Amino acid sequence: MERILFGDNQFFGINHISDQKSREQSILFRKDTAILNILNVAKTAGVNTFMCTTHDRMKGVNNLILNSGKLYADYTIYPCLPYAHKYANAVTELGFSGALKEFMPNDFLGSLLKGSTAVITRNYISLMELFVDAELKNFKGLNTPVIFLQNVIADLLLGLGMGDVIKAFDNHIRKKYKAEPGYITMNLPAMLEFLNKNEIYNPIICTSINVDGFRMSGGKSAYEKILSSGKCRVIAMQIFSGGAANTSTAIEYVCSLPGIESILFGASKAYHIQETIDLIRKQDIIQFHKISSNHLESVL
Amino acid sequence: MKKIGLIGAGKMGISHLSILGMHPDVNVVGVADKSILVTDVLRKLTNFTVYADYRELLDRESPDAVFIATPTKFHDTLVTEMIEENIHVFVEKPFCLHADNGSRIVSRVKVNNIVNQVGYHNKFIATFTETKKLLDSGLLGRITHFSGSMSGPVVVSSKDVTWRAKPEEGGGCLMDYAAHILDLINHLIGKLESVKAADLISIYSKNVEDAIFCLLETSDGIHGMINVNWSDDTFRKMSTSLIIHCEKGKIEVDTTELKVFFKYSDVPPNYEKGWNIRHLNTLTPSVNYYLRGEEYSLQIDKFIGALKGTTANDINTFETALQTDLIMEKIKRFKN
Repeated sequence: MERILFGDNQFFGINHISDQKSREQSILFRKDTAILNILNVAKTAGVNTFMCTTHDRMKGVNNLILNSGKLYADYTIYPCLPYAHKYANAVTELGFSGALKEFMPNDFLGSLLKGSTAVITRNYISLMELFVDAELKNFKGLNTPVIFLQNVIADLLLGLGMGDVIKAFDNHIRKKYKAEPGYITMNLPAMLEFLNKNEIYNPIICTSINVDGFRMSGGKSAYEKILSSGKCRVIAMQIFSGGAANTSTAIEYVCSLPGIESILFGASKAYHIQETIDLIRKQDIIQFHKISSNHLESVL
Repeated sequence: MKKIGLIGAGKMGISHLSILGMHPDVNVVGVADKSILVTDVLRKLTNFTVYADYRELLDRESPDAVFIATPTKFHDTLVTEMIEENIHVFVEKPFCLHADNGSRIVSRVKVNNIVNQVGYHNKFIATFTETKKLLDSGLLGRITHFSGSMSGPVVVSSKDVTWRAKPEEGGGCLMDYAAHILDLINHLIGKLESVKAADLISIYSKNVEDAIFCLLETSDGIHGMINVNWSDDTFRKMSTSLIIHCEKGKIEVDTTELKVFFKYSDVPPNYEKGWNIRHLNTLTPSVNYYLRGEEYSLQIDKFIGALKGTTANDINTFETALQTDLIMEKIKRFKN
């Protein structure tokens, strides 16, 4: 994984500290080309990986990427599935079985209509696989070496203790997509324990890590302990605590921690993108020198 | 450890189950749901003990408390049954379909000393908690008037398939959605007492309203309006906001941001004259387990704390939820 990954919240009106800003952003990025323009900025600044939800809008964005020739030939996308609000809203409107019918892939709908409910009630794992396939349909032809389970679903499976489902997701991503499964969570300590219990070791986990301890459920110190243990490959997200933290203090904290493989961030303005990338690179160099001089001192 | 049962494993029930499942002071002793699909999934893929009939759950597991997350029409009979058996109750919002039944229940919980809470989670969102503190400090002076709005994508086409489309079962934007903002106004601004004007509009639904405009007055004579629309798919998820005008300032607050204006320099600690902006991330307490928002875990912590006797049973009680049921009845009956 690259050190810096570019995220997609700003494109789809997701903002953790301002409802108003999230509305403004969803209007700003109403066209797919507006999204591509910002991806171009990040790419020019050297960030070649885009981590994004399987939002319906990604179909158009992916087409633009696929049709942009050489410029995006070496581009990497980390899809994060599912886009949960689509399903949550459908469950509210239609109930569980209604929502299931609404999103059932076409070939599966046939067996439902024939009345073979046994397929539905007994084989939930294959149903889950079909949903995963449906979510990833729009990413065909792109380079997707890591595929993530979104936090709402990953954390729900954790809370309900659905170990077989998470294990099956892990297998399906490895086998069918020849990709590494990743997990987004707001509960790193509990999630790592859950994954290990289900024989998923050294997983890629994307989780909130910030100087304020915002959405680091289970406590900041438990997170720091896990990072030092090296028992998972961590992507730090929400490094600005959803937007309020001072930029340089926030980056200094994240870069000073051991065990963070990548840093995920998103922004909608070119100068913010460049500023964040520059600050991360600068801090990484400072940290590298600190570690090297400490090492030298201990040797000498 | 408190023995907890769950009745109704729909969207909210599953969310509660997940949080309860991770709670250090809770042992989930059983889950009851009528749906074959839901019970089958839970039986095969989780370790929870699952019942098709809630009576069986109660008889076999003797829980200390239950969470009721069934459609609203079942709330009053289920809650009454729990109280008679001295089982503490957390019930989803809104409280009861008929305020008469709600009143009877409120008097019974006091007699039987039952810990009781209703799932109005907004009160646990830190921006609204801070708003309450600011208003209670008195430094903004008398509240003069208010406006509240809620929008979101619940019913965005003509389907009418679940209980949410049936008025007799508690469906409709008023009881299922606007209940949140009415309850929040009751809590922050004052007890809503009368309806000055009300317009209930159907957009996609045939038998229930999808949007509401309403002019209201509190028992202290504060006037305000609400504007609620659950058929607005320009919103990604439920959005709730309030503007509260006061003699010495103003508050604009939603689920992520609090903006407060103090007209004079007499301000609470860490605030200043003029505009102040606070965001959820600096205001919210951390939770042990997070799913969808801190407020869902915090409201459960509050209930479990009250069961253990470590916190008071003083937020979202049946009594305050009944006030919300009463104003909803008045809105429904209002003739312009």
